[in-house]
Amino acid sequence: MAIETAQLHRLAHLARLDLPAEEERLLADDLGGLLGLIAQLQNAPVAGLTPMAHPHDLSASLRPDRITEVDQSGALARIAPEMESGLFLVPKVIE
Amino acid sequence: MSALTLAAQRAALSAGRCSRDLTEEALARAASTASLNALISCDAEGARAAAIGDGPLSGIPFAHKDLFCTRGLRTTCASKMLAEFVPPYDATIVERLTSAGAVSIGKTNMDEFAMGSSNENSAFGPVLNPWDTTRVPGGSSGGSAAIVAANVVAFATGSDTGGSVRQPAAFCGVTGFKPSYGRVSRYGMVAYASSLDQAGVIARSAADCADVLQAMAGHDPRDATSVDRTVDDYRAALDRGVRGLRIGIARELFSAGVSDAMQTTVHRALHELEAAGAILVEIDLPSLPLSIPAYYVIAPAEASSNLARYDGVRYGRRAAAVKGLHDLYSRSRAEGFGTEVKRRILTGTYVLSSGYYDAYYLRAQQVRRLIANDFARAFATVDLIAGPTTPDVAFKLGEKTADPLAMYAADINTVAVNLAGLPAMSVPAGFIGGLPAGLQLIGQAFDEASLFAAGHALQSRTDWHLAMAPGAVR
Repeated sequence: MAIETAQLHRLAHLARLDLPAEEERLLADDLGGLLGLIAQLQNAPVAGLTPMAHPHDLSASLRPDRITEVDQSGALARIAPEMESGLFLVPKVIE
Repeated sequence: MSALTLAAQRAALSAGRCSRDLTEEALARAASTASLNALISCDAEGARAAAIGDGPLSGIPFAHKDLFCTRGLRTTCASKMLAEFVPPYDATIVERLTSAGAVSIGKTNMDEFAMGSSNENSAFGPVLNPWDTTRVPGGSSGGSAAIVAANVVAFATGSDTGGSVRQPAAFCGVTGFKPSYGRVSRYGMVAYASSLDQAGVIARSAADCADVLQAMAGHDPRDATSVDRTVDDYRAALDRGVRGLRIGIARELFSAGVSDAMQTTVHRALHELEAAGAILVEIDLPSLPLSIPAYYVIAPAEASSNLARYDGVRYGRRAAAVKGLHDLYSRSRAEGFGTEVKRRILTGTYVLSSGYYDAYYLRAQQVRRLIANDFARAFATVDLIAGPTTPDVAFKLGEKTADPLAMYAADINTVAVNLAGLPAMSVPAGFIGGLPAGLQLIGQAFDEASLFAAGHALQSRTDWHLAMAPGAVR
């Protein structure tokens, strides 16, 4: 199953991945191969089966609505690439 | 030196050796086997400063897979993205093993973000198999399996999303245990595929895995998927034996793709269990062949979502000289992720994208139900299910790197277990041409105890698990 270049670019945009031109061909081929593999699912006898999102069909357990975490903002700021006055810095979004 | 077990380490401590000696010896063994590339970070300073108390694993050196967050010690996930990431907190299992008194000597190498079956996807270079250094140790917990097989430490932690504890354990001739989904907290374990990921352990024997899992397991309010159920007494289960235990031999686990030698070797190991009193019964898991396509939809879908957090803003790699916010995201991610991770993110993005969601993702979740139903049907008549852990022995470095589909296909005997959330264990089952083979035993959800009983029964009659790799420290 082939993946067109335009389709690959769209996926890369959605995934926020910059793809160098030299990687494009390889990734498109790999992805095409993988789509061929997962196409096997189309013939599976799944009529009427409920999709299974959790292996034990359990919902997430809840805990009391109490603050349990300590303030780690200082520690988190130290591992941030760029931080100023307690704020993460990013390139300007609005001119 | 013979095979390093918890019993041997405890005997040394009771004979008057101090824990500091054990730590220094483990660090020296790690240094002498550095060419295997099993460790990403060696934490000699932390190991020497560790307070051991008098817990069940007091003074026993071990290593953590480098995807468990360790406060103050970098946690790379074998990715350029996190090469400099030093977590401000410990994962729950790091806390638990520390309070049990175990001494971590460092962090083991792995496939980047646990995506891979050969440890060749690490940004820190491949790990070599101590049985044959021209071969892969398996993955993704390749460093953990290699460091135990090399006799550096008695155990190492791992994680298993599609076989990442069991397959490397099989390739390296050691015992690997993957608990039921929800048995061990995932808090602080870097997420790959959240409905499949589970922390596990690699050690020489089932008995050692039992001791370590006892310290790791149990409910954790910080992980909403951790299950609030009593943890069985695994040590007590070891001596239960297998008399009358019904073991299902799944035909599909021995089918096309599994080498003749592997089939023969694993059957021989199963006959040992039969001789110990187990009853072998033939069963079918008809949907097993669909587990590979289902896994390679569900795991990449969850990965593409989980890995969206690496955006160059809050932590991790950030590209320099970017042109705007979108460029910051795309270039930080392009620079930080390796090829396999990009492949899975793009696949996940595809199957979750508008117009394809029902055809791929939803259908894969229905197939997941089909597979879980197969197991449920089988467990109505048997206590455990058995088969080879892998279709063949460890392959050569580079043998499958050019063909991702061939690499994925080799996961056929392990991924279904994760889709169904079951516990499973790989135990050494003999050798093929001097390379280890693994027998996989699969249990019912939360029945880890029966796996330990069977593994221990086999290891009480055989000594494959104690065999020394040529690359091991003697």
